[in-house]
Amino acid sequence: MAHFSLKVNGKAHSVDVDPECPLLYVLRDNAGLNNPRFGCGLGQCGACTVLVNQVPVRSCMLSVARASGKDIVTLEGLGTPEHPHPVQKAFIEAQAFQCGYCLNGWVLATKALLDKHPHPTDDQMKNAFEGLICRCGSHSQIAAAVRIASGAKVRNA
Amino acid sequence: MTSLLDTSRRGFLRAGGGLLIGFSLSDSRVVPELMAAETSANPAPGRLDAWLRVGTDGNIRVFTGKVDIGMGVQTALGQIVADELDVAFDRVQLVMGDTAETPDQGGVGGSTSISAGAKPLRNAAASARLLLLQLASAKLGAPPEQLQVKRGVVSVKGDASKSISYAALAGGTDLNEALRVSGGGFALNVEGSGKPKDPASYTIVGQSVPRIDLAPKILGRATYSTDIRVPGMLHGRVIRPAGGGATLMGIDESSVKQIPGYVKTVVKGNFVGVVAENEWAAVRAAKELNVHWSAPSAAFPEDVYRHMRSAQPKATREQQARGDAAAALASASKKVEASYEWPFQAHATMGPGCAVADVRTDGVTTVWSGAQKPHALQQGLAEMLGVDANRVRVIWVEAAGSYGRAGDEDVAADATLLSQAAGKPVRVQWSRADMTAWGGKGPAVIVDLAAGLDAHGEVTALQLTSRAFSGTEILPQPNSAGNMLAAQLIGTPNTSGGDEYVGWGGDTYAYAFKNVKSVGHIIAPLYGSASPLRTTHLRDPNGPAGTFAGESFMDELAAEVGVDPIEFRLRYINDPRAKAALAVVAEKAKWESRPSPKRGNGAGNVVSGRGIALALRGGTIVATVAEVEVNRRSGEVRVKRLACAHDCGLIVNPEALRGTIQANLIQSTGRALKEEVTFDRSSVTSVDWSTYPVARWADIPEIEVILLNHPESAPTGAGEPSSRPTAAAINNAIFDATGVRIRRVPLTPARIKAALA
Repeated sequence: MAHFSLKVNGKAHSVDVDPECPLLYVLRDNAGLNNPRFGCGLGQCGACTVLVNQVPVRSCMLSVARASGKDIVTLEGLGTPEHPHPVQKAFIEAQAFQCGYCLNGWVLATKALLDKHPHPTDDQMKNAFEGLICRCGSHSQIAAAVRIASGAKVRNA
Repeated sequence: MTSLLDTSRRGFLRAGGGLLIGFSLSDSRVVPELMAAETSANPAPGRLDAWLRVGTDGNIRVFTGKVDIGMGVQTALGQIVADELDVAFDRVQLVMGDTAETPDQGGVGGSTSISAGAKPLRNAAASARLLLLQLASAKLGAPPEQLQVKRGVVSVKGDASKSISYAALAGGTDLNEALRVSGGGFALNVEGSGKPKDPASYTIVGQSVPRIDLAPKILGRATYSTDIRVPGMLHGRVIRPAGGGATLMGIDESSVKQIPGYVKTVVKGNFVGVVAENEWAAVRAAKELNVHWSAPSAAFPEDVYRHMRSAQPKATREQQARGDAAAALASASKKVEASYEWPFQAHATMGPGCAVADVRTDGVTTVWSGAQKPHALQQGLAEMLGVDANRVRVIWVEAAGSYGRAGDEDVAADATLLSQAAGKPVRVQWSRADMTAWGGKGPAVIVDLAAGLDAHGEVTALQLTSRAFSGTEILPQPNSAGNMLAAQLIGTPNTSGGDEYVGWGGDTYAYAFKNVKSVGHIIAPLYGSASPLRTTHLRDPNGPAGTFAGESFMDELAAEVGVDPIEFRLRYINDPRAKAALAVVAEKAKWESRPSPKRGNGAGNVVSGRGIALALRGGTIVATVAEVEVNRRSGEVRVKRLACAHDCGLIVNPEALRGTIQANLIQSTGRALKEEVTFDRSSVTSVDWSTYPVARWADIPEIEVILLNHPESAPTGAGEPSSRPTAAAINNAIFDATGVRIRRVPLTPARIKAALA
């Protein structure tokens, strides 16, 4: 067990945990957050995505020791119900998702993608999203949300 | 998690009784409270206040045994009730799937939540509206027929100064009424004094109200079953056997005792689990526990289809017989035969099963679970614990989309056993492999088809023979202990299973052939109990498999007689709505009328084609056109476009429906192209997202959904039907592009390349 200081959604957290413990469990169990979500624990799906220093990271694959001291943002820290992040607004407008269990990955990957490429090409979207799973198959609405967030004209599907 | 309610329902009942209750509204959805179970029976459906109550603030609380598995049903049910009561949509709050709070409606399944499940809610709302109008009539001094209701306020027509709100009317008044109860399960219905509205007068039904669950989810404010935390809760993990029939030989607990936070290992028969104070300790203990299993006794076949063909069927049923198919086949001028194969497929839900159970020493138990059938789960868990069902409360909490009997029930049983052994509440989170390898499976299916054609190319006979594992080997209703994997591992036999046969595209023939015979065989399970290949319902049970066969075969027949595939189908269809669906999808897809395969595709590597498939399901009609590109060198298929015409009668929420159909089209594209459970002699080897691939970003076609609204027709189901024709439509497009017919799913590059060689 060891002591770590984490900055999560702008707030400092002090935890005493196994240094090898993945950030996922520390955020859920020690910080009491509901996002990120456990999907596979293998870095294969993206349900546990958080932003670490603005970069989408699979929190099931990142040890708390390596996350310590970095700026961590989870889905609930991206925006608030009163002031949603523009990407969240776009996903709500597009009514993206069926069950929504996967959406940490898609929303945070979209945020990072648009930070880098405000008007992403198809290839840039493919690069950003090919490692994510949505088992329900909500990709059409996710694509619509990305178009809305990037200010592109939305094609009627 | 915080409670959004001031007091418990029972508190309201004690305080006020009847219809009148008070409650706080601090969120768009009501989350079940985290309270210890009381010994409580399911609410009796024959009372109006079991279904619906009006708050002092005018909000309407609706109690339903239905749950929402991520398809927007709670929004649609809320629209239906709001419309019937003439209140604003945001005044309606649903309490779903809590065995102590909601009537038993059989949970959800079979795409019946709107077609059947909404009926008692609509009828209860109509009766509540009538009672409220009668009260208003007395207060306002005007007969009920001169009253109108807008947004929960009753007023006298032509005299707006005379008005009173539902909240004021309900104040201090018992609005209860005895209801006539009929049916049970999905078909449970109640009727009271109020008659539902004419659908032509709907104002909220038919509107694309935003789904009430999506904004909280996207904002990170939603609560899933994974997020339930109760005081004193421990974390559990399960350790499954080393293959079907492996028995526990020994455990070395010293291998995990040093893990900080480790509490105990629980062993019951072949059920093994670990419990720890924190989740990471449970993960580590499950991984590091030294468990010794015997060699598995299951002997899964190397070639499952060969096994299915040679095995003596467990049961056989003649499903349909019209005319004399055998004689017509014998005298046909041409006989066409083909055989189609569909693999085991997995639910592979995004979130592996997760549940919290709190089993008290007196047997009083509370379970929080995403199970589709909470009331049945209450029965099954009670039997497992050996207590009366009234001592078990199951509280449904939203989970990852389950697509049938995914595992939320099994993990609830795991949590119950671990909580009972630990004497504390335990949360069990399955691993990805617990889900994908050990969750129930959609059954493998073989469909053999034969058709007779006369000299004019008319179909004179159709004969179908199916061989399939039963889709109800594990009943989707977990109302017995042996239904659950944990109980099977302890040694409780599964006595609940049934035989579910496969026909032409599921339940309905679209085509009026003169002579038809359909026979189904059920193949016995590959291993008796606690098998990683135990079969159960997966989205649209047997529909995609039967339709892959039936609609691919229709295409084969059309090609045999050299007729356009849509024109050929229309020759045998009488239903005007099925004809209309085909016509509109052909128009929207710019369908070029000609026989398949396409001529003039040339010698290039990449060739294109289009295919159609039609499916009926419980009154819903789906016609899908696929456009594909096939790389003849690599065998890769790219689905470029799917157009889908969808007729499910009255549409409650068009955009939410469109979203569900789009998702079904994508999920079923993955099932057609990629999904197959693999296994060795005793274990499933599809354990994660790399060994059980599903549709990904690069696979996503352009999609056009054409909603055919029929407000004059009662809604039929929409949750699953659009999964049904996709594989056949894609397969027919591959044939159109290449001239080669594939008869086994998934339509992998290797399979197509081999067929083209």
